[in-house]
Amino acid sequence: MMRGRLVRQLIGSTMTGLTYGAAVLAILPLATILVMLVVKGAGSLDWNFFVRSAVAPGELGGGFANAIVGTVIVVALACVIGLPIGIGTGIFLAEFGGARFGLMVRFVADVLNGVPSIVIGIFAWTWLVKPMGHFSALAGGFALGMILVPIVARTTEEMVRLVPNSLREAALALGYQRWRTSLQVIVRTAAAGIVTGCLVAVARVAGETAPLLFTALGNQFFSTRIAGPMAAMPLQIYVYALGPYDDWHRQAWAGALVLIVLVLALSLIARAVVRAKRQHA
Amino acid sequence: MTPPPKPTSPAPAAGRATVPRLATDGLTAWYGSSTGVRNVSLACHENTVTALIGPSGCGKSTLLRSLNRMHELVPGARVSGRVLLDGQDIYEPGVNPIQVRRRIGMVFQRPTPFPTMTIAENVAAGLAVGRRLPRSERDGIVERALRRAALWDEVKDRLHDSSLGLSGGQQQRLCVARTVAPEPEVILLDEPTASLDPAGTAHIEELVQELKREFTVVIVTHNLQQAARISDVTAFFYLGELVEVGQTTTMFTTPAKPQTEAYITGRFG
Repeated sequence: MMRGRLVRQLIGSTMTGLTYGAAVLAILPLATILVMLVVKGAGSLDWNFFVRSAVAPGELGGGFANAIVGTVIVVALACVIGLPIGIGTGIFLAEFGGARFGLMVRFVADVLNGVPSIVIGIFAWTWLVKPMGHFSALAGGFALGMILVPIVARTTEEMVRLVPNSLREAALALGYQRWRTSLQVIVRTAAAGIVTGCLVAVARVAGETAPLLFTALGNQFFSTRIAGPMAAMPLQIYVYALGPYDDWHRQAWAGALVLIVLVLALSLIARAVVRAKRQHA
Repeated sequence: MTPPPKPTSPAPAAGRATVPRLATDGLTAWYGSSTGVRNVSLACHENTVTALIGPSGCGKSTLLRSLNRMHELVPGARVSGRVLLDGQDIYEPGVNPIQVRRRIGMVFQRPTPFPTMTIAENVAAGLAVGRRLPRSERDGIVERALRRAALWDEVKDRLHDSSLGLSGGQQQRLCVARTVAPEPEVILLDEPTASLDPAGTAHIEELVQELKREFTVVIVTHNLQQAARISDVTAFFYLGELVEVGQTTTMFTTPAKPQTEAYITGRFG
């Protein structure tokens, strides 16, 4: 009797210990990355980094200004292209997506979600870069937007589905048309969740490198022309990290640090939105 | 064998119009292949509270939802027979269900305030559907609706706060205000006190007495005492059929059918 209990307790504490171990292992990579980035990158973060663009190889004092602005522009283009389609698709799937067409759209969205991002880049190259004859920020934004669509569509669908059916009935019983019920009651109720989903998706694509390699291409000069090649943070990090100069390496570390801080900030804003919604509810 | 005569509604009190405001004529409602309501003919008169009672699954809620064409929103749901509102069949081809629902309001079992809207916006929600109103007129309607729902004094200082800060009973009265604001002719209540505490229940019951002055009221309830307290006419349903309908006092003292008596005295259901 006593022995059985001892064995049970032993197994119990071993398992508890193992789960703690797994949790620590899961956090370890993120913590290590953050520490590494801060140690290697923080020293190179200075005023020049934010206000100056890339300089000629070997010259000191260059910065990431062109890449930061480029990332903001390319991601903004991605939002303009991807968010309306993604949100619209999500609402369609949740509200009218029961039939065969809905199942098909859902399946395609899931497949698109699993397509490697470099393949999306090739797609954008075929459809935009090649016909236009040159690389462009627009093509980069298009590629990132393509990645946004399925993520945003599925999270939007889930958020809209969370709205209780009783609210739909209440609106219809008041004499609301179907579309008005969807937009003014259902989607409005799900709005905070949809915004959160969009922010998380944007945070995810902001760090994408592969789809930009042969679309936005990168640009060592400061440019805001969306029809031409444009720098972006992941691209510049990629080029600088592979380059032969120590100064480039230092800047690549700093760039990676800034990029991850930006992505973290977006995630934190998303969490804040959720919290504000809870307080409201 | 001749079929037994269908129960019909009692004539309203002397001096009132004899044409019912809302009546069903041979109404049958299905969910897919199962029948929820079988061949029901029932009349509901103006300024009268009609209570629908019966054990769970007897079809009383289905009947109620057929009265404002909410039943057909469930996939596979179907209706045959007629529902006459002021003598016109609301199931006739060409009748817009949206228009029907604006004339026949509904309050549900659980309070359903719209969470993104303020208290005032909730009350006005059904108004915005039809036309744009000038601000002052809209505010007047909101106040009047809240007064009629006996909620004005409790919320007049926080009309622009979220409706979710209200208690369950207040939320249900808010839903009543939202339903009466567009001035429907009939108000359907689907077990409106099922999720409320005794105080909230008492409020709603008083309210029903007020509402009947202006509207035709039909209420589904599980609570027999409630039906006895607040209704003028009681209809008893069993297995989708209307077993008996009569003046509430008669139904609760000398019902004609043994089934009704058994249910009312608590022997089944």
